[in-house]
Amino acid sequence: MARTSLLTRSPFAPSFWRSPVRGTRFTALLGVVLLGGITLLFVTGLLSYAAYNPNLAAVNDKTPDKGILGFYLFDWPTDPPWLYRLTQGIHVTLGVTLIPVLLAKLWSVVPKLFTLPPARSLAHALERLSLLLLVGGALFEFTTGVLNIQLDYVFPGSFYPLHFYGAWVFFAAFLAHAILRTPTALRNLRHMRDSADGVDETGKTGEPGEPGKTGEPDELAASTPADPTVSRRGALGLVGGASLLLFATTAGRSFDGPLRRTALLAPHGGAEPGGGPGGFQINKTAAYAGISAAETDTEAWRLVVTGRTGTVRLTRAALRDMPLHSSALPIACVEGWSTSDQWWRGVRLRDLAALVGYEDPPDVFVESLQRHGSFRHAALRANQVADPRSLLALDVNGEELTPDHGYPARVIVPAAPGVLNTKWVARLTFGGAK
Amino acid sequence: MLLRPQLRPRVPALGSPLQLSLLACSFALAGYAGTRLLAGDRFGIVLWFVGAALLHDLVLLPLYAGLDRAAVRAFGAVGRREWAGYVRVPAALSGLLLLVWFPLIGGQTADRYRSATALSANGFLGRWLLITAVLFGGSALLLLLRRLRRATKRRPSAEN
Repeated sequence: MARTSLLTRSPFAPSFWRSPVRGTRFTALLGVVLLGGITLLFVTGLLSYAAYNPNLAAVNDKTPDKGILGFYLFDWPTDPPWLYRLTQGIHVTLGVTLIPVLLAKLWSVVPKLFTLPPARSLAHALERLSLLLLVGGALFEFTTGVLNIQLDYVFPGSFYPLHFYGAWVFFAAFLAHAILRTPTALRNLRHMRDSADGVDETGKTGEPGEPGKTGEPDELAASTPADPTVSRRGALGLVGGASLLLFATTAGRSFDGPLRRTALLAPHGGAEPGGGPGGFQINKTAAYAGISAAETDTEAWRLVVTGRTGTVRLTRAALRDMPLHSSALPIACVEGWSTSDQWWRGVRLRDLAALVGYEDPPDVFVESLQRHGSFRHAALRANQVADPRSLLALDVNGEELTPDHGYPARVIVPAAPGVLNTKWVARLTFGGAK
Repeated sequence: MLLRPQLRPRVPALGSPLQLSLLACSFALAGYAGTRLLAGDRFGIVLWFVGAALLHDLVLLPLYAGLDRAAVRAFGAVGRREWAGYVRVPAALSGLLLLVWFPLIGGQTADRYRSATALSANGFLGRWLLITAVLFGGSALLLLLRRLRRATKRRPSAEN
């Protein structure tokens, strides 16, 4: 007797799971949302990886042993100039927005974690093992992403390889799961739409073990459901509302001014850092990067430009004497925040290439005064150097660059990830990306 | 019946060949990426990967489900089971915001955030508390309005 009651009270007993909200249709709806959402996350993630041009130079490549996983890499374009702002904004904002859907999906299927016997067949055993990669992978990706945008680097290693290789492990399991489960999920949704009542208010559709309207028993519905306290529609409303709340308090970090203030809890939300021409978002301040005023001083600082015809050393005044051009471009960070267009003014990168003997602009290797930090050295591809909007900027929004925005000079390239827009530039080596 | 179920020839329990080959393909790809993932701090990464699943399934989920069940039971004990939603919805939303943004709300990255971005790191806890106040306050107001409306609806019928 005692043994029986213990077994019926354990999560391995079907009667343990009593929520009347669970059911194949509830799970199917969440599953289809995640199918679309996670596919978009994966694609925008791969795009972000390509945006760093990892194949161009070792300094851009945080995952040198990627092998075939970089099969799709292409030269990252400079058009449209808001491309990375869009793709990475989607990646991070959508990721945050999908968290409630992911949690609800995991909640809806948790009884299956405890099914007995543990495996009915070899395929079933393998599928359950694959679910560990699926669930572990999803949580690993969402967790590393959410921690990284909050600058909480507690994960075991550098974010880039963890999030990139983790994404492929997760996606391998996700792909198998999607192919195996999507037909059932779509069938369930079709029946839900066709049935007159849809998701019914009492949440009593799909009795377990009974052939439902789909003709199959509902393996996720509770065998002895408790009295409902909320309908399935209500539960879906809560999930959607939670997603909406996260979206509404995050999305504003992709815009300047009043919209940014709506991002109440997200990093780089709220107020801008100070006012004036330099009052827009900063990834790393000069103090954080260890840049001292002494080395950026007009007397001390020289831009060293190297190319085919040798090396030229330029003072800031000499740069100002070159033809100056303007471009309106945003800063877009891998962390998902971005600024609106800022008005930059400076020397075209291609003019600097011409200065050292390259009429046809080659790749460039950019070095910052920064002594530590993973992108203090970065390479830009020829197409990025050649773009007339790509500048070594001296001014922003009508004033000299502030120290935090890269004084004395910084790179600004359309559509490039923020960290490739090197600040406190000390040296440009054209044709010398390594 | 000629062939009763138990007389069917016993097939080794393998499962569908499509499922098997698909899973094998998936494991091979996961293995290819996984060996690269584990090239760093192998133990730490496995711990995070598997730990995330275990922590969610065996700690976080039972915790919030248990709290939810306790809340429903408490309201049920006073015969107001239908009121549970007015607490569990704001609690779920507020808890979710804390779960997602706890490093900033808890201030554990405040120093780095402040020095890297030149932004204030002090507002997060306050804003989360205010959002929580609005969520619970709004919920209470809604309950109050609904009770009031029900009461005013009932009154004329009582007078008749």
